[in-house]
Amino acid sequence: MADLETFRTEARLWLRANAPQSLYGTREGRFDGFWGGRRSTETDPDILRWRDVMADKGWTAPTWPVEYGGGGLSRDEAKVLDEVMTELELPPAVVGFGLVMIGPTLLDYGTDAQKAEHLPKIARGETRWCQGYSEPGAGSDLASLQTRAVADGDDFIINGQKVWTSHADKSDWIFALVRTDPDAPKRKGITFILVDMDTPGVSTRPIELISGSSIFCETFFEDARVPARHVVGEVNNGWTVAKALLGYERTMIGAAISGQMLGVEDELIEQARHYLGCPEGRLPDPMLRDDIVRAAMNDQCLNLTVERIRQSLREGQAPGSESSILKVAGTEAKQARWELAIRIAGQQALGWEGPGYTDDELQRTRNWLRSRASTIEGGSSEIQLNVIASRVLGLKFPGT
Amino acid sequence: MQLILNEEQAALAKTATDFARKRSPVARMRALRDSRDEIGFSKELWKEMAELGWTAVHIPEEHGGIGLGFFELSLILEAAGRTLMPEPFTSTLLLGANLLIASDDAHSARWLPEVCTGDALLALAWDERGARNRANRCATRAVAVDGGFRISGCKESVLDAHTADRIFVSARTGGQDSDPDGITVFSVDPAAAGLTIERQTRIDHRNCARVLFEDVRVSTDDVVGTLDSGLSLLEGTLDRATAGTAAELFGTTDEAFEIAVAYLKERKQFGVPIGSFQALQHRASRLFIELKLAESAVIAAAKAVDDAPDNVPAQVSLAKARISDAAIHVCNEAVQFHGGVGITDEYDIGLYLKRARVAELSFGDAAHHRDRWATLKGY
Ligand SMILES: Cc1cc2nc3c(=O)[nH]c(=O)nc-3n(C[C@H](O)[C@H](O)[C@H](O)COP(=O)(O)OP(=O)(O)OC[C@H]3O[C@@H](n4cnc5c(N)ncnc54)[C@H](O)[C@@H]3O)c2cc1C
Repeated sequence: MADLETFRTEARLWLRANAPQSLYGTREGRFDGFWGGRRSTETDPDILRWRDVMADKGWTAPTWPVEYGGGGLSRDEAKVLDEVMTELELPPAVVGFGLVMIGPTLLDYGTDAQKAEHLPKIARGETRWCQGYSEPGAGSDLASLQTRAVADGDDFIINGQKVWTSHADKSDWIFALVRTDPDAPKRKGITFILVDMDTPGVSTRPIELISGSSIFCETFFEDARVPARHVVGEVNNGWTVAKALLGYERTMIGAAISGQMLGVEDELIEQARHYLGCPEGRLPDPMLRDDIVRAAMNDQCLNLTVERIRQSLREGQAPGSESSILKVAGTEAKQARWELAIRIAGQQALGWEGPGYTDDELQRTRNWLRSRASTIEGGSSEIQLNVIASRVLGLKFPGT
Repeated sequence: MQLILNEEQAALAKTATDFARKRSPVARMRALRDSRDEIGFSKELWKEMAELGWTAVHIPEEHGGIGLGFFELSLILEAAGRTLMPEPFTSTLLLGANLLIASDDAHSARWLPEVCTGDALLALAWDERGARNRANRCATRAVAVDGGFRISGCKESVLDAHTADRIFVSARTGGQDSDPDGITVFSVDPAAAGLTIERQTRIDHRNCARVLFEDVRVSTDDVVGTLDSGLSLLEGTLDRATAGTAAELFGTTDEAFEIAVAYLKERKQFGVPIGSFQALQHRASRLFIELKLAESAVIAAAKAVDDAPDNVPAQVSLAKARISDAAIHVCNEAVQFHGGVGITDEYDIGLYLKRARVAELSFGDAAHHRDRWATLKGY
């Protein structure tokens, strides 16, 4: 513990000395930061310098081994670092699926050559990654995916279509699930493969969302030739790798949300005071007041539960069944927050663009629309409820 | 804040749960009910638990206790809630003992050592018709007479009053109606002239009574804490009782959930276990989520009593609001999952529904605590 406090002091000193002034106070969500990659159009010299100093220190991927561009920190040290950055309101220097999804997966399942090729570039924000799992016919039933990969010498030739590929048009690499054995049972013929988005035959088309943004794409593979050395794990054993990655993804979604909920109660109260014209005292709308309390209490319970899971992991206790609930509870808490924000703003929440609405109002409305996706992405709530019923409650009956 | 159990705490929780299951299965509570037992619980079993130290865990050493902590007591309460034990945990340990731990005066020295040994049972008469969980709404009056007071009024829902060796009562020594000032707590002999205890029967068949005071004479030495400013003493005590009730209710609810899930696996219709129907699976998964989130709040409230006194009111409101809602959802659904047998007296699940309902409405329901939370935060 004393060591951790020493580390906290050192980290604070180092960050104070190295973080560009303009970045203090700009921390928002875990995915609000520099996504990097070859296609990045970022020109702000402070953001780029922040990336450089943090990557040199290994603190863009604090827990990764030093040899792969990480900081070699323990879990506890990484948490302290995160706390200090939160305290200084400094944004992460690099964000993205490379750091939270494919990176951890390669550490567990990748070959030494794959780790050496990809991890340092991810840690420096030089490559940006996207996730090629879902297809038009394979959503919740992911294992029914049809994109085909046929071996041809030292390569695979890939044909097929992915959909909902977040940020595919801005990414350099995609980690994709492809079918390599169409005759095997559906989970047994899948391979996990890494594909450079510049490969001839790979193309993307953005999809416009109800929130007006285009965060994801359709991704097409037409006779795309990919070296077999990019297969992660064994050929036809990709389902195991795919599931491990989904585990990181869900943990990340749940944990990120619980962090985002800090301060939400105060923000909602402030908005309620503004729109209801009630600068102090008891809020005049008792139903709204009760709903704000419900949301605030739910956030508190989530934070406490995340903390409980963290403590039992640290004590080396097997993660309790609690972790399975974070995806459902976290995403619904996030939706409740934006639903409330909309209700509080009333007519001012209905603006799409143009005069009469502040930037905050327009952004809040887009956030609400975006939040509707959170119970669908990363495995829908219904699928999570199935998982809890069968794996946690044991409601699993052969032959039914 | 440490939210997981250390080794000693885990061992205590296990011993208490094993004890409750072995020595006090639900059938025992049923038998006490059916025989209309005069005491309504077992004094022998209480004494046995006292020998294990369970009546002394949260009482400071200078008063004969073990001085472990409130969190440890909450683990025992959770176990007691699991098998619907009718023993006087709430009246004696949560209300009486906590009042005396806080007053830390001659009354503490007089009664706490005997509470620890299991020899004294206490009751706290604070609730009145219309008080709705607000201890300041106190119409019972104590009028000064030479050398003491005369108390008159009617107290409701006084847990275990009919077996109490000592009753503590709140009465107005000054001020009007809902004034926060002017409330005093007195220590009263249950056999005092003018004091009538009418035992009541509630849906959970634990003991409770209406206590009538007609010019009951007490002396100035019977004042617990300080004259006219008993409200903060009462409120602090009620907060601790609420935290403990939340832990007990968590035990009751968690057990009801386990009974319900077991039934989903066992009962067959259409040739398959009813737990294979997704409509029921999803409802069970949602209850599980609600229960786990509430559990975190219940743990945090008991921990706050030990480690973070300033946070007690908010953490207690969080815990009681969340576990009250979860309890009602879980128990109602658990009855529904059972179909027709769920509403028979023969099946235990109905007993859980009734016990949970009492705990839910005691010490403030979810709406009361949400209102208090917002008030504490100034909105
Ligand atoms: C914002 C966002 C970003 C995404 N990013 C990516 C990405 O980068 N890469 C990627 O590969 N994918 C991505 N996805 C896709 C996401 O994983 C899928 O949308 C999701 O798995 C659901 O699949 P689907 O859309 O085909 O819905 P469907 O599977 O068709 O589901 C439709 C409805 O049926 C329900 N349902 C389905 N099966 C069952 C069942 N067995 N029991 C009960 N109910 C069921 C679902 O819960 C849902 O309500 C993203 C999605 C969103 C919304």
